[in-house]
Amino acid sequence: MRLSPDQMIFWQHGFIKLNGTIVFTWGLMVVLAVGSKLITRKLSTELKRSRWQNLLEIVVTAIEKQIEDVGLHHPEKYIGFLGTLFLFVALAALCTIIPGYEPPTASLSTTAALALCVFVAVPLFGIGEQGLVGYLKSYTKPTVIMLPFNIISELSRTLALAVRLFGNMMSGAMIIGILLTITPFIFPIVMTALGLLTGMVQAYIFSILAAVYIAAATRTRKPKPEPAPNT
Amino acid sequence: MDNMTLIAVTSIVTAGLTTSLGCMMPALGEGRSVATALTSLAQQPDASATITRTLFVGLAMIESTAIYCFVVSMILIFANPFWNHVIAEATKATGK
Repeated sequence: MRLSPDQMIFWQHGFIKLNGTIVFTWGLMVVLAVGSKLITRKLSTELKRSRWQNLLEIVVTAIEKQIEDVGLHHPEKYIGFLGTLFLFVALAALCTIIPGYEPPTASLSTTAALALCVFVAVPLFGIGEQGLVGYLKSYTKPTVIMLPFNIISELSRTLALAVRLFGNMMSGAMIIGILLTITPFIFPIVMTALGLLTGMVQAYIFSILAAVYIAAATRTRKPKPEPAPNT
Repeated sequence: MDNMTLIAVTSIVTAGLTTSLGCMMPALGEGRSVATALTSLAQQPDASATITRTLFVGLAMIESTAIYCFVVSMILIFANPFWNHVIAEATKATGK
């Protein structure tokens, strides 16, 4: 019973192993990077544009609108990071259609790496918006007693991001594997479709949660207005 | 009961219990949250984008507790360190 693509070894030399997670991650990176480069080679602003450019424009404007809705007011600063998160996780889930492919996000290493990226990005964006002192002071809001709880919540929601994505992806792959051994072929097909749906939802959730954490870190709090003196 | 049997029985029973609780409780929570979301959608249909998005984020947070329970059950059944330990001991004992 294979629990993760970590156990599919393609090539081994000493202790350097090329396992399924690494190979499929590279494949996704190549598809995303080379595909975008090819599509954006000849961008046109006329009415007549290629359908691939249209597709990319739909994707980018939809992500920008979502980021804006969450409360980040200059989405162009954050869309590089958040858009890449969403596209990587979504493409990793979408490619399960291809036979022989295991999503690299079904391995805890990949999801932990993505969660660590979010963990590092939130203070970076927060310090960029509010300055170092302002960002550190936000840990003591609403009172100084909350400081350890704020720190613990930072760590635990990073862990939750990693385990949520890992659990969803791994359970999809595992259910299909178990069903293949005991039921007629129609049920694994249905479960693959369900796995596609949950994969896309989890990609959306991952990037929206990252956006919400960044919004919470970059939100400048308005100073409380002084009570008006009564005359 | 010797060690092996005890570990096996405990792992199986705990895995079943974890999965059952992990499926029932989040389902109740998610049902209540969807019901409240539907009520507020009926009251304010023009806020439907915000309500739907908040609903999905809330559902994902509730779902993640179910996923934690699932992961623990899977570890107990398929990657159980205690079971691997006693199996290694037993193999060493019979191999000697």
